[in-house]
Amino acid sequence: MTALIEMRHIDKRFPGVHALRDVRFDLVAGEVHALMGENGAGKSTLMKILSGVYHRDGGTVTLDGQDVSFASPKAAQDAGIGIIHQELSLMNDLSVAQNIFIGREPRVLGIMVDDAQMVRQARALFDAMNVPIDPETPVHRLSIAKQQMVEIAKALSFQSRVLVMDEPTAALNDREIDELFRIIAKLRASGTGIIYISHKMDEIRRISDRITVMRDGQTIGTRTTADTTLDEIITMMVGRDLGQDTASIPDLSAAPIALEVRNLRRGREIRDVSFSLRKGEILGFAGLMGAGRTEVARAIFGADPLEGGEILVHGAAVGIRTPADAVRAGIGYLSEDRKHFGLALPMSVRDNISLTSLHQFTRAGGVLDDAALARTASDQIRALDIRTPSDRQEVRLLSGGNQQKIVIAKWLLRDCDVLIFDEPTRGIDVGAKSEIYKLLSALAAEGRAIIVISSELPEILRLSHRIAVMCEGRLTGFLPGGVATQEQIMELATRTAPSHRHDSPPRPEVRV
Amino acid sequence: MTEATTPAQPAGQAEPVSFFATATAQRLLAFASLVIMLIGFSLASPNFMQSSNMIAILQAASVNGVLAIAVTLVIITGGIDLSVGTMMTFCAVITGVVLTNLGMPLWVGVFAAIGTGALCGFASGTFVARLMIPPFIATLGMMLMLKGLSLVTSGARPIYFNDTPGFDQISRGSVVGQVFPAFPLPNGVLILFAVALVVAFILNRTVLGRYTYALGSNEEAVRLSGVNTAAWKTAIYTLSGAIVGIAGLLIASRLNSAQPALGLGYELEAIAAVVIGGTSLSGGRGTVLGSLIGALIMAVLANGLRVMSVAQEWQTVVTGMIIILAVYADQLRRRKTG
Repeated sequence: MTALIEMRHIDKRFPGVHALRDVRFDLVAGEVHALMGENGAGKSTLMKILSGVYHRDGGTVTLDGQDVSFASPKAAQDAGIGIIHQELSLMNDLSVAQNIFIGREPRVLGIMVDDAQMVRQARALFDAMNVPIDPETPVHRLSIAKQQMVEIAKALSFQSRVLVMDEPTAALNDREIDELFRIIAKLRASGTGIIYISHKMDEIRRISDRITVMRDGQTIGTRTTADTTLDEIITMMVGRDLGQDTASIPDLSAAPIALEVRNLRRGREIRDVSFSLRKGEILGFAGLMGAGRTEVARAIFGADPLEGGEILVHGAAVGIRTPADAVRAGIGYLSEDRKHFGLALPMSVRDNISLTSLHQFTRAGGVLDDAALARTASDQIRALDIRTPSDRQEVRLLSGGNQQKIVIAKWLLRDCDVLIFDEPTRGIDVGAKSEIYKLLSALAAEGRAIIVISSELPEILRLSHRIAVMCEGRLTGFLPGGVATQEQIMELATRTAPSHRHDSPPRPEVRV
Repeated sequence: MTEATTPAQPAGQAEPVSFFATATAQRLLAFASLVIMLIGFSLASPNFMQSSNMIAILQAASVNGVLAIAVTLVIITGGIDLSVGTMMTFCAVITGVVLTNLGMPLWVGVFAAIGTGALCGFASGTFVARLMIPPFIATLGMMLMLKGLSLVTSGARPIYFNDTPGFDQISRGSVVGQVFPAFPLPNGVLILFAVALVVAFILNRTVLGRYTYALGSNEEAVRLSGVNTAAWKTAIYTLSGAIVGIAGLLIASRLNSAQPALGLGYELEAIAAVVIGGTSLSGGRGTVLGSLIGALIMAVLANGLRVMSVAQEWQTVVTGMIIILAVYADQLRRRKTG
């Protein structure tokens, strides 16, 4: 078979992060090639380079043996590379057909849109896919799964020879997944090359011909699916250092309970969640995307409302309705999205570090004690080894790892008893990651109660004293730290409630 | 970690430059334009540089300057205030009612003006921060309500302050002139400078000021830091309103009357001064000094063109051009620094 696409020695740097180095990847016509790796391994970056979203800093890409370099997503699309993003990129108020043909609507007399023709073509696409969607429906009326199908139809309408699918089944139920796989098989038979990104091992096994694994911005290897084992793939994904740090689980059975939540609920996102957390404990929260982990954390912190449930700190019920209430109760939350929810990017390191605790630096009349602020900022910079030229540096100019340390410093100053870390190492270099791990362990050893939410299973396994697993808004089980395995976690993370159906249209649940 | 810091290093070394660019360069740019205008006009007309004309310019800048400072606070939080013009008038009218119709002593009038402004600001702040109404809409509503209330309260007739001796001295008198007869700087200008100093201190050195910038930089991050953002935002609007009250006093004193039909249009002049002074309408950055210079540029322009006998209509055209030029220069600078 001839290679449709060959990527060689691909290199990409972002400020503060070497995202890809010496990556190779190839795709032949008529195959499904799975791309696997933990979050942050570089899969999405590689696909964005292929589809013209990013420009590579080094290496070559060939399409049919010709060197190519796409200046824009449009150029890649015109060359026959279609990508279906994980986040849907549809215009909600437009109809299905309008979405599919946006920017290239069939015309009448060169100026008027030929709506009838457009709807006809869209209908033909859906007929070919064997999916019952009315092209004239506004997109916002469709379920997420149907919207996903619209994205796929749109990619197909470009006659793409290469189709990139990034976690296409994340929102699909079993029947819809079968339908999708049938479509993929049909495309493969017609000679389309498909790059399939997924975390779900069973799907990969079912649909893919070859598997390439990436880790820390590098290609680890490519295997033929039929000749490899699950263990081999997992070992390739997580590397060999897995498990070496998971030894020290302290005995906390005598430690007092710092945080207890009872029967938290909100619609379909949080369904009757109860757990408790001891002083000095690190409780890891695992689950697939959308399992409700962040929702639970934000609700405990008062960032989003709850419909019911109780929160107890040190055994006493606390009414938390705003983040200010939570902080007063001694709970801190470090968001998964530092840039949007954690930092004031145009402000200085010093200003950001003091944002949670300005009241500690106030003299009469609300005047700030600048000398004390400067002193504290430099103390924190030294203590957490934040690499910054000065405490007056704007935080937007620092690397992800250093930004994360600033967020942590901000919360350390506030002296919270309970700290919730949501994806604490997302977008951070390997080196900075282990520093953050050490910091979290040290905080627990100091007697703080810590929740770590992470989508990286090795991270959960390495850090947690105990692991809580969620699926579809429910806590599906707890696992002891140190001995739990990725497979046990995945089993709980996919344990859906039997009565729950995926494809029913979202509607607010009325339960009081 | 060495690898992570290497790419960040150039940015680090550029720190003094980028600090200059963001905080100081725009002010320098505005200040330089002001100086160039002063030189240009004095070359074009010998009458321009006379001290009496300089004082007239400062006097003319005082009301707009105070309003601009008030709006600056709101704009740094990422908001906008369209109501400051009619709010100023409403404060003046209430002062008229208190002093002329009720015959209260002068100091009560002063507190009435500032208190009314603070109350109006508190209302705007509540609409924006608690009821989550976009600032543009909330203050548009306030603008119309206050315009109507001014007319209703005053019976649509001007209220004169002839019964309150000394009221006109608030703006037109000159404490400085009593000491230096050669330079009778009006009190209104002194008040402008005093307001500027106080607000600059609040913005730079107090918790309220720190939160003002933080709210404009990333309100959600501030909320998730456990800060009661609604309360602080309301406080900022309230402070802004109190400063508008001072502007109300200044204009009433200068005219020795409260003119209920006046006011509309002042808000746009104030916003123009803020923008010329380099404050970003998207929030998070801006300075009192910039807005002060912006107000001075507008006053110099109006005065200079008048001295050069350019028709009033054309002065407006030129002011419009200056606003676009000022923001374009800011864009150019930002593109360069990234």
